[in-house]
Parts: sequence; structure tokens; C-alpha cells
Amino acid sequence: MTTRLAGAPDLLRLAWRRDRILVPASVIGLVVLSVGSAQTTLELYPDDESAAAGLAGILTNPSIIAMYGPLASQTADALAVFKTVMMGAFLVAVLGFVVVRRHTRTEEDEGRLELLGSGVVGRWSPLAAAVTLATVAVVAASALSAAGLAALGMDVPGSVAFGVAWLAAGLATVGVTAVAVQLASTTRGAAGLGFGFLAAAYALRALADSADDGSVLHALGWLSPLGWAGRVEAYGANRQWVLLLGLATLVAGVVVGVAVLERRDLGAGLIPARTGPARAGRILSGPLGLVTRMARGTIVGWTLGLTLGGVVVGSLLGSVADLADDPVVSDFLEQLGGSAGTVEDIFVSTELGFISAAVAAAGVALALRLVGSERSGLGEVVLSTPTSRLRWYAANVAVPLALTTFLMVVLGVVLGVVGPAVTELAPSLGESVGASLAKLPAVWVLIAVAAALGGAVPRFAPFAWAVLLVTFLVGELGPSMQLPSWILDASPFTHLSQLPGGTFEVVPSLALVAVTAVLVVLGGVAYLHRDVA
Amino acid sequence: MTDVISVFGLHKAFGNTVALDGLDLTVREGEVHGFLGPNGSGKSTTIRILLGLLRADRGTGTVLGRDPWREATELHRSLAYVPGDVVLWPTLTGGEVIDLLGRLRGGIDEARRRRLVQRFELDETKKGKAYSKGNRQKVALVAALASDVPLLVLDEPTAGLDPLMEEIFQAELMALRDAGRTTLLSSHILSEVEKACDRVSIVRAGRIVDSGSLADLRHLSRTRVHALLRSAPTLAELEAWPGTHDARVDGAEVWCSVDAEHLGDLVATLGSHGVETLTCQPPTLEELFLARYQPQPA
Ligand SMILES: Nc1ncnc2c1ncn2[C@@H]1O[C@H](COP(=O)(O)OP(=O)(O)O)[C@@H](O)[C@H]1O
Ligand SMILES: [Mg+2]
Repeated sequence: MTTRLAGAPDLLRLAWRRDRILVPASVIGLVVLSVGSAQTTLELYPDDESAAAGLAGILTNPSIIAMYGPLASQTADALAVFKTVMMGAFLVAVLGFVVVRRHTRTEEDEGRLELLGSGVVGRWSPLAAAVTLATVAVVAASALSAAGLAALGMDVPGSVAFGVAWLAAGLATVGVTAVAVQLASTTRGAAGLGFGFLAAAYALRALADSADDGSVLHALGWLSPLGWAGRVEAYGANRQWVLLLGLATLVAGVVVGVAVLERRDLGAGLIPARTGPARAGRILSGPLGLVTRMARGTIVGWTLGLTLGGVVVGSLLGSVADLADDPVVSDFLEQLGGSAGTVEDIFVSTELGFISAAVAAAGVALALRLVGSERSGLGEVVLSTPTSRLRWYAANVAVPLALTTFLMVVLGVVLGVVGPAVTELAPSLGESVGASLAKLPAVWVLIAVAAALGGAVPRFAPFAWAVLLVTFLVGELGPSMQLPSWILDASPFTHLSQLPGGTFEVVPSLALVAVTAVLVVLGGVAYLHRDVA
Repeated sequence: MTDVISVFGLHKAFGNTVALDGLDLTVREGEVHGFLGPNGSGKSTTIRILLGLLRADRGTGTVLGRDPWREATELHRSLAYVPGDVVLWPTLTGGEVIDLLGRLRGGIDEARRRRLVQRFELDETKKGKAYSKGNRQKVALVAALASDVPLLVLDEPTAGLDPLMEEIFQAELMALRDAGRTTLLSSHILSEVEKACDRVSIVRAGRIVDSGSLADLRHLSRTRVHALLRSAPTLAELEAWPGTHDARVDGAEVWCSVDAEHLGDLVATLGSHGVETLTCQPPTLEELFLARYQPQPA
């Protein structure tokens, strides 16, 4: 046991050194998210009366619950954290996943663990160090948020429960990741498992939370760590014991992870590497084919994911109709999604906004592969062939642009087929596809940011993730936090047409397309003129 | 003979690190040119500049008559490159990578591909992740050696190969040279370059310190000999034997270095003095540099 853990403290120190920006910055960002948005909401609705009389009543609507989880109570405090419980729990979970993967599978994938493993490092040590650091990060974000909320003068047990909601989701994800990094044999494979788990957890709780109390589907929500976050009901039922579920999942995950670790070789996953064809298929004939082929997993996974997403959103449309045609409701929804039209339209527009941000993440990840392949040395090999830099850059930009477009078409089609089958109030097939496509210019801009950074300043390419995250949060929270308009205007999502329901405005969308084109060209020009190895 | 590579005064700095400091390099058509230097001396940086992946801060020159930075794409039609640290796409098989690189380079000699795969005993159906370093190198080597290009640029290609495979590689290289190809082969191992190369350029701290045919560099390839003898010669006797240098005698022990062509004679002579133990060591590159730049301590 002790030899298995030899060197773990050193590894932990090394991990902390490498993450001394990432972890504190993420923790601070999360605390600002929870405390900052609570503070601005409380300024708007200082007491329970104004909260209850104003908006709280509508927050029992299934479609909104599907997005954010249940409202814990009709108090100002509960309203103040309504959005950040779920959104933050998701982000805390992502943080836990990223930290664990960085120090386990990624290290192993890139051969660095072998270097360490030959020293005095025990077999379990990397996993132990990674899980410890991730747990510390998750605990810090949750505890500091709880303390910050209490410091705003909010209900103390409720603030603790808020911390519990984030912590339960975060710890459970750390545990699940501890297994995922053992099963998958590549960093990307681990990402597929990790984000697949989070997407499934979100979809399950969306369906479960909007189902009737007491139904089987509603009970199934307890299987989702993101469902727990909502069911803690911070500033309401304050179910602190939910933390035990998170802890249990963490422990179980670590135990299973260690068991798998004992059974596998360094560098391998549990599933033995399969052999493949001795000769290349036709697709592997040029840079575009190569980039497409390397994105195969992403393409298949996201197509499945968005098909499911379309089905979930489409079927939720049925419950939206339960809502009375209340102007307060539409006002609130409008603020959420910034849309116009019927409640169904607004709901669809809001969900499309969410999903398009996720699709943008897929696009950004693909666009960043230009830099990834440069780091790994694969780009050097391609560029030593007659493949010009321009073609290589273009291929790495074209594939994410094309894939995100395809994905939004899939989403629109599925939604447009399922929705009308569930309720005649749903947007038609054409409207759904149109609304889905209308989100694309913003997605493209984010891809172009990644392409431009990768083309011009590869060291700063990961900032594309920060841009995506900030854009998403500004779009989500900006209006209700009453941020200055120049900040809102900086987000490409602000300039999208309000579809379905509204009219398609050509000029802003064309402007976004122009921004995309300019960024892509700038990145390309810079890429032609810099060192690429 | 025309020069396939001729570059002059290459300078390249990465921040404060000066990687190349006025490097000249000339490679003639049809030769296997060894590019020899210790780790960090600037071999890979030079090669990347020759491929147009990096831009030299200063310096001029051509590869196959083209400016490597401005005409990289055209230049790459005529060369194949094996990087020092071969990475493969984790989800592609070795065979797929060979085909891919061949197609990107505009075609591959099928017969040679088959023969090379066989000779290197390469399993083409494994995925990139599953290959050892040596096998990854074989994949890249097969792809390069099987393509129909006049110039091969190989950056420490045998670092992961076992001795048997290294021999096969050397034989293939000779065959290609006989077919008129030009090769630039970098290495930090003197003996490897000795075996494979017609001419050698030695780089140290970003500059060429020596360049010429192997015969010119023969003085570099002395073997170090250490023997424990029953009746040791005097220092004067030892120094008088043909081809010996840096001689030292201490009681029954003798040390010296000897030119390659005189090694046999020396061993025979030592035999007549009653050898108890004998070690012969080809000089390492570092020792060569020490020998060249610092007077040997007596
Ligand atoms: N991309 C880079 N950034 C910073 N320093 C580099 C980079 N590439 C090479 N160097 C430095 O330049 C010097 C020469 O490196 P390199 O050409 O790789 O040597 P070699 O191939 O002979 O071992 C080394 O000191 C190395 O650290
Ligand atoms: Mg090198």
C-alpha cells in the first residue's frame, strides 16, 4: 500500500505547481459567478415579497426546471441562486474532470508518466495526487461560494446547502473521472467518456426534474449527480445529506479506478488496443481527409448527442404548453433567452442557445487541434510533405466550421420532427431548422477566435476556451445581472436573431460572418509567416 | 557535382537560447551526408530550417535549388523527412500512416514498400499508440524510404532501432545511394555515421566545427585502448609504436589511443607483452570534442 503510493506527495506538489494558475483562477471565477450573480439578483429583489410577487411564481414551470432544476422556495435567496446552482454545479464538475484527467491519462498518453513511473513513484500515486488536487479544487470552489453567500447576509443553512449542491456534483465527477481515465486509453477517449457522462447526467435530470413528482422518471433523477445539485434545494429543503451521495460516488470511483489500474498496463486502457487495416482507406489522401478522419469520434459522438438533445428538447415542448399565457412569464423567459414569440418559441430559442454553446465547444476543440498537432509533432510531419501551410490551416478550420453547421442542422431537424409530434404549438420543421441555423454565426465566431489564436499565437490558443466560457456566461447571466451593454455586445450570441418567433435580421448575422472571415484570414496570414515547429 | 543543400551563416535564436550561430552546410548530390553533433547542438533546428518549418534569423542558402522558406511546398515534393521524435496518429495503424504519408508526398513505390515492411518486420495493423519507439521509427522510415524522392532528410533515425534493424537500415540507405539519392542523416553517435556516410559535418553549439570526407576525419576515429600487461613497455616504446597517441604507462597498465588502421597491429604487439586484460573503446563524441578543444592531461 505504501509502496503503491510512494512519491504521491511529490506528485501532488508537481501537479499543484503546474496548476497554480488554472485551479485558483477557476475557483475564483466560480466564486464570482455564484456570489456576484446572487448579489445583483438581491439588489433587484431585496426581499421575499418582491421575489415572490415578481417572478418566483413562474419558476415552477417544467420547461424552466428542465433547464435549471427546481426552484427551492419562493424566497429571494432561492431566486438569487436559481441559475447558478445548476450552471455552477456543471462547471465545478468540469473542473474536477479536467484536473483529474490532466494529471493521469494525459500524462500517461504523452509518455511523461513513464518517465516518472520508472522513478520512485508508486502505481497509485498519479491517480491519488490527481484526485486529491481535484478534490481540493472542488471543495475550495464550493466552500468559498457558500461562505461568500452567507457573507452577503443570505440564510446560512441555505448557503451551506448551496455549497453541498456544487460539492456533491463535483466530488461525484471526480470519482467518475477516476474510472474514466483508466478505461479510456487516450486523452480524447477520456474526454468522450467524461463529457458524455456529464451530458447524460444533464439530460437525465432535465427529463426527470420536469416529470411529475412521484413518477418513476422523476425518481430516476436521483441517478444523476447534476440532479442531486438541484434536489439539495438550497434555501428551501436544504438537504445537506446529499453530500453523502457525492462522497460515496467519489470513494466508489477511486476504488474501481484503483482496481482497474491494478489490472492494466501503463499506457493502455482496460479495453485492449485493437488492430486495424494494414492499408489506408480513400479518405486518408489529403489534409482535409486526414483532419476529418481524426475527428471521426467527435463527429459520431456529437451527432448522437445532438440527436438525443433534439429529442429531449422536443419532448419537453409538451410541458411548456401547461403554462398559462401570462405576460410576466414571457417577460421572464424573454430575459432568459432573449427571444420573442410564443412560450414554445422562447423555450426552443433558449435551449438552442444552450446547445449551440456546447456545439461551439466541440468546434473550438477541433479548431485547437491545429496547435495540438504542432505540439505533438504530427503537424511537422504533415508540413514536411507537399501539403502547404495554407491547406493545412484551411483543413483545420474547415472541419470544425462544417461539423458545427451539420450538427445544428441535425438538431433542427430532430427538434422539428419530434416537437410537432408532441404538440401542435411546437415550431414547424422549417422554423426549427431555421432557428437552429440562425445560431451558427455566433458559433463560427468562436471557432474563428480559436483558429486565429492558434494561427497567430499558439501559446495563447487555450484562451479560446476562456472566450467561449465568458461569452456563454455573459449571455446567460448578463441580462439579469444588468451588465453594461458594451459587455453584452461583445458576445456574439447577443447579436443573433430571435428565432423562432422573431424575424431573421440579415445584417447582424452577416456582420458575425464577416468577423469570422476576418479572424480566420488573420490567423491564416499569421500562420504562413511564423515558425511551425 | 552539384550541391543539393548549401546554406551559409544560419543564425537562429529561441528567446535567449542561441540554437544556431553561423552554421554552414553543404551536401553534394548522391552522397549520404552525416550531420554529427551532441544533443542540443542544433541539428534538429538546422533540419527544420532546411525544411522551411522554421525561419532562420539570418543566413542564406538553397535546398534542391530552392529557398526553403519561400518555396517550401514545391521543395517538399522532392524530399522525405523522418523527424527525430516520431509520433504517429494514435488511432491510425502503421500501414495507414505509411499510405497517408506516401499519398501526401505524391506517391509511393509499392514494391519497395512491401519489401521494407517485410525486412523491418513491421506489423502494419497495430495502431499508433501500440507501437514502441523503435516501431514508430520504422513506420516513418518505411514511408520515407519507399517514396520516390531525390532527397531524404533523416533526424537521428536509428535512435530507437535495435542493432539488427540498424544494419538493415544501413543497407537500405546504401541501396538508395547507389540509386543516386541524396541523404542527410543526423546523429549523435560517431560509429553510426562512420558506417553509413560518405561525408560528415560536425556541429557543436550551433556551428560546424569540421566537415569533410571520412578519410579527412579519420583522425577523429581513434580507439582508446587500456591494457594490463605482464611486461609493460616503457612510455617511449609505446609512443613509438605506429598510430599510437596520448600514451600513458603506469606500472603494468598502459593507456593510449590508436588510429583505426593501426588497431590490429597494436593488439598484436600488446599480445607479445602478455595481455591480462584488454578494453578497446571507440571514442564518444564528447571525448572527440574534449580531445580537439582541450589538451589531454598528461
Ligand atoms: N522551439 C524551441 N524553443 C526553444 N529552444 C529551442 C527550441 N528548439 C530548440 N531549442 C534549443 O536550441 C538548441 C538546439 O536544439 P536542437 O536543434 O533540437 O538540437 P539537437 O537536435 O542537435 O539535439 C537547444 O539548446 C534547444 O534547447
Ligand atoms: Mg534533435
